[in-house]
Amino acid sequence: MRYIDPHIHMVSRTTDDYQRMAMSGCVAVTEPAFWAGFDRSSAQGFFDYFRQLTEYEPRRAAVFGIKHFTWLCINPKEADDPGFAREVVAIIPEFLKCDTVLGIGEIGLNKNTKNELIILEEQIALAEKHNQLVLVHTPHLEDKRKGTRLIMDALSASRIDPGRILIDHIEEHTVAEVLDRGFWAGMTLYPDTKMTPQRAADVIEMFGSERIWMNSAGDWGCSDPLAVPKARLELARRGHPMTLIDKVTFDNPQTFLSQSGRFRI
Amino acid sequence: MSEVTFTCPQTREQALTMYFLEHRAKLLDVAAFLDRLDRAKPASDAVDFRQAALNDAARILTDGKSNRAARILSLLSDDSTELPQSAHGMKGASGAVKPVVKGSR
Repeated sequence: MRYIDPHIHMVSRTTDDYQRMAMSGCVAVTEPAFWAGFDRSSAQGFFDYFRQLTEYEPRRAAVFGIKHFTWLCINPKEADDPGFAREVVAIIPEFLKCDTVLGIGEIGLNKNTKNELIILEEQIALAEKHNQLVLVHTPHLEDKRKGTRLIMDALSASRIDPGRILIDHIEEHTVAEVLDRGFWAGMTLYPDTKMTPQRAADVIEMFGSERIWMNSAGDWGCSDPLAVPKARLELARRGHPMTLIDKVTFDNPQTFLSQSGRFRI
Repeated sequence: MSEVTFTCPQTREQALTMYFLEHRAKLLDVAAFLDRLDRAKPASDAVDFRQAALNDAARILTDGKSNRAARILSLLSDDSTELPQSAHGMKGASGAVKPVVKGSR
């Protein structure tokens, strides 16, 4: 068996996580730029982070036979100061030339503020200008549905094909709108605040397997880098065919990510 | 019947056999949590909005209608349309919508 974890923050994980993921069948990961648990004090801090994502992590993953790809942006939580955010956005284009960069992400909203929305729109414009794929973070908990709708409206105002945009962290109350508007949908298997493997399997039973994937979003919080193989097991123990399991954990991410031209495994 | 009826490959009995004990335990966790709240001294006379939301959500579990997860998530969602300028001073998400007190915005 082989699978792709298309959203995981390996900079926050230990090397033995790579080993366990490889042993579980992981052949590729994609790592969006995100909030590291504290606010960085300068654009230089992001420059160093982008170097870590594009230079160091691919080498660390390769030791275990895992291909590592990345997405770049300023995350919504640190984008509430537009002046600071623009300094960070200005350094992104030089990194877009790197062979493992798949697009702009994870952009989105955190607290659904006007400031966050301004920077979201500017990063959508950056993706459009450079013909990049887009990976979207949607807000947590009670802010999710409102934020998801605001984000989709901002994306729909651009000329980016919705088929080149994945909206992540969907749940039962947002998945239908995301798919109906032509976007891809990501389910994040994350304890407490997002989805369990059981609920992810339920969503596939209710909404089908087209334009949908699942990921662990493993990071510095309580999270599980083996969440995707656990979801595979959940689908299998219910009796779903292996073709479906492979579709949502390998074929679908490969189809979406291959639109970048750089995603090769 | 909805269009998603019978999309689970298991029979209802098979699903119960596989998941009943797990969800019996989860239900008992909720029950014990509500008991714990009963034993905890409230800091004010007002019912906390999170506890009220949990009580409302619990009613959905037994109303006999489908799409319970989506409906509970909707119940716990912010339906406001205004956007604050900045997140400065705002707390993290709490999981339920805090009622707006008149004059607080």
